[in-house]
Amino acid sequence: MNTEITMSVEKDQVLDAFRAEQEPEWVTALREQGFRLAEELPLPKLEKTKIERWNLGTFGEIRRPEQHASLKDLDAGTLEWIESDNVLVQRNSGVEFCWLTEELKEQGVIFTDLENAVREYPELVKPYLMQAVQADENRVTAIHSALWSGGAFLYVPKSVQVAQPLQALFRLDDEEACFMPHVLIVAEENSSITFVENAVSEVSRKHDQFGIMEVFVKRGAEVHVASVRGLGEQVTDMTYRRAHVEADGRIRWIVGEMNAGNAMADTASILQGDGADSDAKVICVGAGEQHLNLTTRAVHIGQFSTSDMVTRAVMREDATAIINGITKIEKGASGTNGQQTEKVLMLSPKARGDANPILLIDEDDVQAGHAASVGQVNQEQIYYLMSRGIARAEAERLIVYGFLAPVISEIPNDRLRDRLQSLAERKLGQA
Amino acid sequence: MNTTLRIDQLRASVEGKEILKGLSLEVRGGEIHAVMGPNGTGKSTLASTLMGHPKYEVLGGSVTLNGEDLLEMDVDERGRAGLFLAMQYPSEITGVTNSDFMRSAINAQRGEGNEISLMKFIRLMESNMNTLEMNPEFMHRYLNEGFSGGEKKRNEILQMMMLQPKITILDEIDSGLDIDALRIVAQGVNSLRSADRGFLIITHYQRLLDYVTPDFVHIMMQGRIVKSGGPELAQRLEAEGYEWVKEELGIEDETVGQEEDEFQMPMNTTGPQIR
Repeated sequence: MNTEITMSVEKDQVLDAFRAEQEPEWVTALREQGFRLAEELPLPKLEKTKIERWNLGTFGEIRRPEQHASLKDLDAGTLEWIESDNVLVQRNSGVEFCWLTEELKEQGVIFTDLENAVREYPELVKPYLMQAVQADENRVTAIHSALWSGGAFLYVPKSVQVAQPLQALFRLDDEEACFMPHVLIVAEENSSITFVENAVSEVSRKHDQFGIMEVFVKRGAEVHVASVRGLGEQVTDMTYRRAHVEADGRIRWIVGEMNAGNAMADTASILQGDGADSDAKVICVGAGEQHLNLTTRAVHIGQFSTSDMVTRAVMREDATAIINGITKIEKGASGTNGQQTEKVLMLSPKARGDANPILLIDEDDVQAGHAASVGQVNQEQIYYLMSRGIARAEAERLIVYGFLAPVISEIPNDRLRDRLQSLAERKLGQA
Repeated sequence: MNTTLRIDQLRASVEGKEILKGLSLEVRGGEIHAVMGPNGTGKSTLASTLMGHPKYEVLGGSVTLNGEDLLEMDVDERGRAGLFLAMQYPSEITGVTNSDFMRSAINAQRGEGNEISLMKFIRLMESNMNTLEMNPEFMHRYLNEGFSGGEKKRNEILQMMMLQPKITILDEIDSGLDIDALRIVAQGVNSLRSADRGFLIITHYQRLLDYVTPDFVHIMMQGRIVKSGGPELAQRLEAEGYEWVKEELGIEDETVGQEEDEFQMPMNTTGPQIR
């Protein structure tokens, strides 16, 4: 067991901070258990990445932001990210603003901070909180279960279809503050919803973020999740996203890993019901000295369940990316189809990339496929574009965006597509 | 200004082998030159060297376009100076649509602040595609991806028509084209013929020259031009082949930079033991 990672927080102080908010005893008990497990459990084992060297353990303390009743009261750094009428903003350790339109409230949709939800809707939260991702999986999940604060709870009642995306912005700008949002989404039978989250930071000292997103997709429901991470260089982002999908349910992931610091992300769909379906699209741009370890997973349990995973990563300067795709087909999941593609494009001789497609299949009557490639920009292509008068930098830009296009062009929401495009441009040093 | 491409004693190598051995040629606006020759005589090397392909190294000589030193320019500068090479094997680029690519190229030529409007661009591209009898969907297809050989060649001619270069080099544009496609490609070339544009057509067949009549025909062997003449020279080559040229000039091996073929054993067989 690794002892280098020490908690920079005082357990009693943390628990007191939450008790002061009248947190229900069952939640505080989960936190106490998290502290205990954090002492016992090892860090997660990652393929070809030594997270022991990331010196994890700088979390800060619980610091609450001022509450705001109107969007107008939020500062410019927050407002530039807001793209939806239904929006929740977490700043540092707590939620400073949350708004849900009357129309959606009347339909029974709940969108509030998770700390509030455990008090107000325990019957809707308790069966799900830390159930898709469990506290005892490893030290990261244990620490998260002890320290999470703020967060978002999104509940969509049976057969309610919401067309407009709901957005959560998670923003860290206080170096002393603990920043560990937890997102919990429950979509009841035959409902549909789109949730967009953004994570950003402005801090100049080392900071570690352990985040969890849990999504429960009930029978026939459809959930679209877009997660766009743009945390700064000083922040290490460790994130688990996991969806449990019941029969004929669908989960759609769009993930933009645009952080500037080291990051681990593990995005998984557990296809429990027959005919459950998952589609995951991940794009990533790495720069500087970044180390990235990105995993997408599809676990097929239900019969005739389907999954497709596409990851495209561009690495420049000295960045390193380990890209893993794991398709697991359990015994009995006959008639399933799991496909995956991972591609890494390296823009400098020092950039490194590794694509690991992994198929684990315990059933005969299935289809599964994978494709993976790691390579550099093709000089023949550069020559071809330049011969038409296009300058080298622009030629490279065209090729890089061409490489990301199969993911970006599939994003149905224009604003989100533009946002991802501009984040990618910034990271590619072209904006 | 009248266009002039002047190539003087050009020598170039690829992978350390000298291929062009002192080639001189002058192409002026309004002229069409055909460079013909058997395989392996350095024709495509000439095209790639003029365009500035990074694999080709210039060993000596000079090339100027309207008095400016072409060899000093980077590939994109050559393009913007008005040189265009319709390639034998154009690259396929996933994710970059034909129209995005074409617009970038046109805007690179026009310069910042003078970009073409989207509407004007689309009209221009559509009308040129119409001339080349191309399906409009090719506008939104990824650049050359999944195009047949003939479609790629047409797409090269489309780019030429869009960019209106001063000097166009067509490198074996006729290879792999059926007669209809050849006629359409020729139509595209003829539509651009004008007093200030020059063409250098590299080919080893007479076929294309039936549709695009050259003013000058040059025969290339051993990395240089060994004989020049008018259109009748191309007709004689078509009728009689290249042997008479070799005999006339006392050339035994017309190729350049090629290794002696080594005898290679087919896979999984054992060679005879020679004692």
